Amino acid sequence: MTPATVLFAVLLYVAATVLAGGLAYRIYDYARTPAPLKIPTTPAPTTRGGVVLRLLREVVLFESLFRANLWLWAFGWLFHAGLALVLVRHLRYFTEPVWSWVALVQPFGVYAGFAMAAGLFGLWVRRFFVARVRYISTPSDHLMLALLLLIALSGLAMKFVTRTDVVAVKAFCLGLVYFDWQPLPSDGLVFVHLGLVAALMLVFPFSKLLHAPGLFFSPSRNQVDDSRDHRHLAPWAARLDPKP
Amino acid sequence: MAADVKAPPLRAMPGVQPLLAGAMAQSKPYVASDKIQQAIGFPGELVDGWQDQAIGKMGELLGKYRSLKVHLDACVHCGACADKCHYFIGTQDPLNMPVARQDLMRSVYRRHFTLAGRLFPKLVGARDFTRDVLDQWYSYFNQCSECRRCSVFCPYGVDTAEITMAAKAIMDSIGLGQKYSNEIIGKVHRIGNNLGLPGPALANTLSGLEEDVKEETGADVRFPLDEKGAEVLLVTPSADFFAEPHVDSLIGYAKVFHQAGIRWTLSTHASEAGNFGLFIGSYEQLQKIALRIREAALDLGVRRIVVGECGHAWRVAYSFWNTLAGIGAGGSDPFARRLQSQLDSRYRQPMHICELTWDLIQRGALVLDRDANDHRIVTFHDSCNVARASRMGDRPGGQFEIPRNVIKAVTNHYVEMARGTTHDETFCCGGGGGLLTDELLDLRVKGALPRMEALQQVVDSHGVNFMATICAICKAQFSKVLPYYGFKMGMVGGIHQLVSTAIRLGAKH
Repeated sequence: MTPATVLFAVLLYVAATVLAGGLAYRIYDYARTPAPLKIPTTPAPTTRGGVVLRLLREVVLFESLFRANLWLWAFGWLFHAGLALVLVRHLRYFTEPVWSWVALVQPFGVYAGFAMAAGLFGLWVRRFFVARVRYISTPSDHLMLALLLLIALSGLAMKFVTRTDVVAVKAFCLGLVYFDWQPLPSDGLVFVHLGLVAALMLVFPFSKLLHAPGLFFSPSRNQVDDSRDHRHLAPWAARLDPKP
Repeated sequence: MAADVKAPPLRAMPGVQPLLAGAMAQSKPYVASDKIQQAIGFPGELVDGWQDQAIGKMGELLGKYRSLKVHLDACVHCGACADKCHYFIGTQDPLNMPVARQDLMRSVYRRHFTLAGRLFPKLVGARDFTRDVLDQWYSYFNQCSECRRCSVFCPYGVDTAEITMAAKAIMDSIGLGQKYSNEIIGKVHRIGNNLGLPGPALANTLSGLEEDVKEETGADVRFPLDEKGAEVLLVTPSADFFAEPHVDSLIGYAKVFHQAGIRWTLSTHASEAGNFGLFIGSYEQLQKIALRIREAALDLGVRRIVVGECGHAWRVAYSFWNTLAGIGAGGSDPFARRLQSQLDSRYRQPMHICELTWDLIQRGALVLDRDANDHRIVTFHDSCNVARASRMGDRPGGQFEIPRNVIKAVTNHYVEMARGTTHDETFCCGGGGGLLTDELLDLRVKGALPRMEALQQVVDSHGVNFMATICAICKAQFSKVLPYYGFKMGMVGGIHQLVSTAIRLGAKH
């Protein structure tokens, strides 16, 4: 066992724990916080099913963003769709045999890597060249884009610049899953890629990346427009009802 | 017109504008006096140790409102909302970009409630709650009309209105209140309505209106007050009782009730549909003000509750009355059942006056002469709270269709303003959210810019000479700011003003 193997194994366990635990806590915290008033942005669906569709359109198509700004939508969607495919493609490192639908997606996963990088690049360019967006950008906004872009580029480099021993990497990943550690190949790009991914997982629950779970808990999007037909009452608000 | 206030030029090509940092930093409303503050339970002046108290209040609100917590966390600074606010468009002040306005609170939230902000404040844009920050809050949270246009375009539905309301609640809790809104809330409790019109004056006004309508039409149209046993309680903004052009719509409602043969009444106890508790983000005030309507309905024994032309009032009525006061349907608790068993469940409760009129038109219960409005070429300004925070009818989007249906039933010439400025993308009039006060006139004139641009287009292309709207604040705001853009103040009016012109009394037998 090389020191690098131990280091990355421990780092990834810690990162996965923080990500899962942090997200679970956030979701619990959002779920327990009441929404005392009906505030869906209207026109809003009048049924639960309609709300599910509304959220689905937001998650898959970025419907509201599409209405807001086409460039922003294009870059944002390209990045997220690319990322989704890339994540699916990476499942092959954690499954043996590789699930058939994952195998099916493999060829697209490579292009998705480029799409992801292109989207991120576009989003970053906006932060420099659109005065409004430059004004609101904080250092962490830039760092987050840098982090994601470096992850994408280091990943692509392993495929197109040098040849990484992916069989050994897969053995390492499966070893993590089954708590049967296998050596991590001594490859600088692999170290960079895994290190940055661990960093992303670590900051996720403490950063604006919370927009991912946040959308599902946003009352302006997830509430049913039925306020005249049902009395909506949060526990703390119910206690304020005057006693008859 | 105030000489030092000037309208900005209409933009040739909307979209790209330079930022004018600090352009509106000096814009702020008068601070509420200790008397005004204490009358509604807030500290009279900025308290000692206000910083800790404000952070404490923020923590309380974060535990009570999921919207606040999620909306402060979720923003990614993408800029989708940045150019959507009418105040940003009109002032070019970057702190009027919705995301920048939110960040005034988000920066304090991050510093005091998040790990990243405690450890690396500079990195994530976290700030301590200093006096300078508080001054920025007072200035720029009083430059948001809580119209929710930004939230339409946000990929997570982040609603600046929720954040502005929380900011006002926090400022009220430490003794920094806004005079205009808080004085009005005091009045509604003390006298019964926002304009401070006492019962006898109201009765007098209404009998004057009966005489006017009799003279004009020959019909005995009644304006009943506090009549027990009436079927309908009409709750309308108090501006309808005497402000121009509001009163013309009140006459319209009365004519509709008259011709349909519906017994209705106003109430002195609830002589106000407006609810400024919304604007200051106070659940307690929202509820206290809403309960007046419940009390009046129980007292008068009415079977239906109808709301007049008022934007934020309709939001409160449609979206919140069931929650706050049990006015609606589907309540299973004794508090809600007590009123709901009295109300007629065959009708929507509460009902918007446009829903009522449209139902009557569809049933053929009204005799309307479209030609009577032939001197008018009409367009419609969707009011923000109706458009983005409520509904009419049974289908989503009914809040757009029903008012337009009524207009088209009473006029021959209707023109729609440009896409992107109507329906749920409508622009606020520039005076909502408790900003309809003279010391903010400069802001109000600038905030009206995008609506004025859209209006100018249809004036030029179709000769539009009447902009209908169903909001007391829109009517008052436009009456004031239209002249700054070279329009006549009489161009704005209510939908029921048009109905009033078209309706033929006595023609139905």
